Amino acid sequence: MPTDSLKHAEGGPLPWLLIRPSTGLSSINLSELWEYRELLYFLTWRDIKVRYKQTLIGGTWAIIQPVATMIVFSLILGRTRGIAPAGVPYPLFNFCAVVPWTFFSNAVTQSGNSLVGSANLITKVYFPRLIVPGSAVLSGLLDLVLAFIVLLGLCFYYHIVPGAGALMVPLLVVLTMVLALGMGLWLSALNVQYRDIRYAIPFLIQLWMFASPVFYQLSFLPAKYRVMAILNPMAGLLEGYRSALLNRPFQWFPLGLAAFLSLLILISGAVYFRRMERTFADVV
Amino acid sequence: MSDSIIQVENLGKRYRIGKAEAPYKTIREAIVDAAATPFRNLAARFGGSRNGNEERVGVDTIWALKGVSFEVEQGEVVGVIGRNGAGKSTLLKILSRITEPTEGEVRLRGRVASLLEVGTGFHPELTGRENIYLNGAILGMKKREIERRFGAIVSFAEIQKFLDTPVKRYSSGMFVRLAFAVAAHLEPEILVVDEVLSVGDMSFQRKCLGKMREVATGGRTVFFVSHNLKAVEALCNRAILLDGGALRRDGKPTAVIEAYRASMDEESKPENAAFVYEKRQSMEGQILAVRVLNSAGSLCLRHGVLDPIRVEMDFELHRDFPTLILFVEVWTQENIRALVSQDSDWDNYIGETMQDQFPRSAGRYHASFEIPTPLLNHGTYELELALTVGPERIDTRRGIYVEIKDELSFLSYVTKSNRGGVIAVPIPWQVERTEQVRNPEGWSQ
Repeated sequence: MPTDSLKHAEGGPLPWLLIRPSTGLSSINLSELWEYRELLYFLTWRDIKVRYKQTLIGGTWAIIQPVATMIVFSLILGRTRGIAPAGVPYPLFNFCAVVPWTFFSNAVTQSGNSLVGSANLITKVYFPRLIVPGSAVLSGLLDLVLAFIVLLGLCFYYHIVPGAGALMVPLLVVLTMVLALGMGLWLSALNVQYRDIRYAIPFLIQLWMFASPVFYQLSFLPAKYRVMAILNPMAGLLEGYRSALLNRPFQWFPLGLAAFLSLLILISGAVYFRRMERTFADVV
Repeated sequence: MSDSIIQVENLGKRYRIGKAEAPYKTIREAIVDAAATPFRNLAARFGGSRNGNEERVGVDTIWALKGVSFEVEQGEVVGVIGRNGAGKSTLLKILSRITEPTEGEVRLRGRVASLLEVGTGFHPELTGRENIYLNGAILGMKKREIERRFGAIVSFAEIQKFLDTPVKRYSSGMFVRLAFAVAAHLEPEILVVDEVLSVGDMSFQRKCLGKMREVATGGRTVFFVSHNLKAVEALCNRAILLDGGALRRDGKPTAVIEAYRASMDEESKPENAAFVYEKRQSMEGQILAVRVLNSAGSLCLRHGVLDPIRVEMDFELHRDFPTLILFVEVWTQENIRALVSQDSDWDNYIGETMQDQFPRSAGRYHASFEIPTPLLNHGTYELELALTVGPERIDTRRGIYVEIKDELSFLSYVTKSNRGGVIAVPIPWQVERTEQVRNPEGWSQ
């Protein structure tokens, strides 16, 4: 058979692909990820589509969860002195953090369980495995947008019009996704090997919520704990959302630290994920 | 450079068996282990060992594939044959990059599409239309390609009317047709197909074979694993025989199939009907030996359809078990579990009261059972024996192949050939001559 028939549609000869045992740390193959971007899109689309199929109120669920959380916190803690800055209505103060927190906690939970949930795919087809936790994080974005619309409504209800600071929101969302994906990569890769992770995730998320300034402001904590508290990247991010939406000054140090730590978690998560990726199909 | 499109060199894949991922590992162990893994690998790397985490002591490993080398040229249709556990699926999984080899390497050119299962990634809640896009993307098609072939896929699958129905409402036949249709319209340079033709009805199977022939004549390279030797002979222009993870024969399909049949004959000699297993230390209990006998009590791997198959097993328990159950599974060559039996069945079937406790103390045991006849049809079956505690298996032994021959029994005397089917039980029919044909309303009276 003629060799020259082995060509791309574009005309160049087909490149050789080498399959062999990988050693040590593998880099992330960004061009391959780009090649598979449509799969990322389809898996995200599937997650969104399936989530509210055969439900009665569909997308409304995306709003009920944060709204109910906000109402409960407002009833219990709304009058506590110093828990929120003076002059900011507690429900609004709380909701500004509950909305991104809900996105974050769902994203971490779903991406953490994503690989095990896609065992069937992983053992039958090849594609960059990063897409699985990646699409789990992305598929929460629609819910986040819906909740943000309610949040804007609440702002107008309290006559607080977000100013220029609100331009920071997209950046904050990106950082939240970076952190959620980083956690998702760590947890999903560990989950393949140790199913304990599945049971640990809800517990981790619950503790993490109490450790984060979701229903209190950072200055509500005694000074000696505040240093520790900002080592939690969600602290800087949640305070950042509040500053952005409630026209308050940004606290740049906790925010910068959060950005740094989020990137660190994402990079280390990606390294660990890539390291374990080669055994996923054999172990899951 | 030759015309080769796949070059496989000294390929090997080692799997861990035994307790590497024991379900009862404590959380503490798991966390310590998880935390230690990167460091252990790091240490192993700097210590010069290539695959640090696989060198753990006390873990049983098995080479599913070892020292396999071959080259495939563009346009060849290669059939891969061999019995269960010969390494066929492992080879396909490495070629389709689902799993990594432990040693050796593969070089290939072009896009590989693997069809190891029909309908991978189908979501029951989504409609046929949605699943075509989703499944196409999973198999590596671009959205534009799917759009271009959408019509062809739908008409091949014959599901026009149900395009917007969730696939969970599809009949199994429709589901399989749609799933195969998507995969069949991939246009990769290399197509890897596992035993997928065993699903669906005859006319659909013929259609699939026709489609695969079309793919092959289009100059694509096809890798085809099947237990259906006739299909391999009809479809392939080359065959590879794997046995115990090694490549035994490579050549024209007729010759390789001949060699495969001969090796099966060789292995069904009576003296091969006694299996003795090496003792392993770390086990809580283990199967020591298995013997397959005929009704006369002599070793035998080849039985008539009417000969009962007697199986004896020696095993040893190293501690007391509150409940330990013996298990046998009978697999067909198409990987269908035809029969599962456990030693507790009979007591609970004939006993006055049912019980779920079967305590067994430490010590040596001898067990035996007989597969009654007539029950299993003509064919080769694999026995899998296991000692189980709840959902967990203490020890498992596979690779015991038993051949059942139908030499003009009640099954084939009239037709002079076996009609197929896994179960072969005579059913008493009532047939009587009547003068008038009853109309449909008459049935219920």
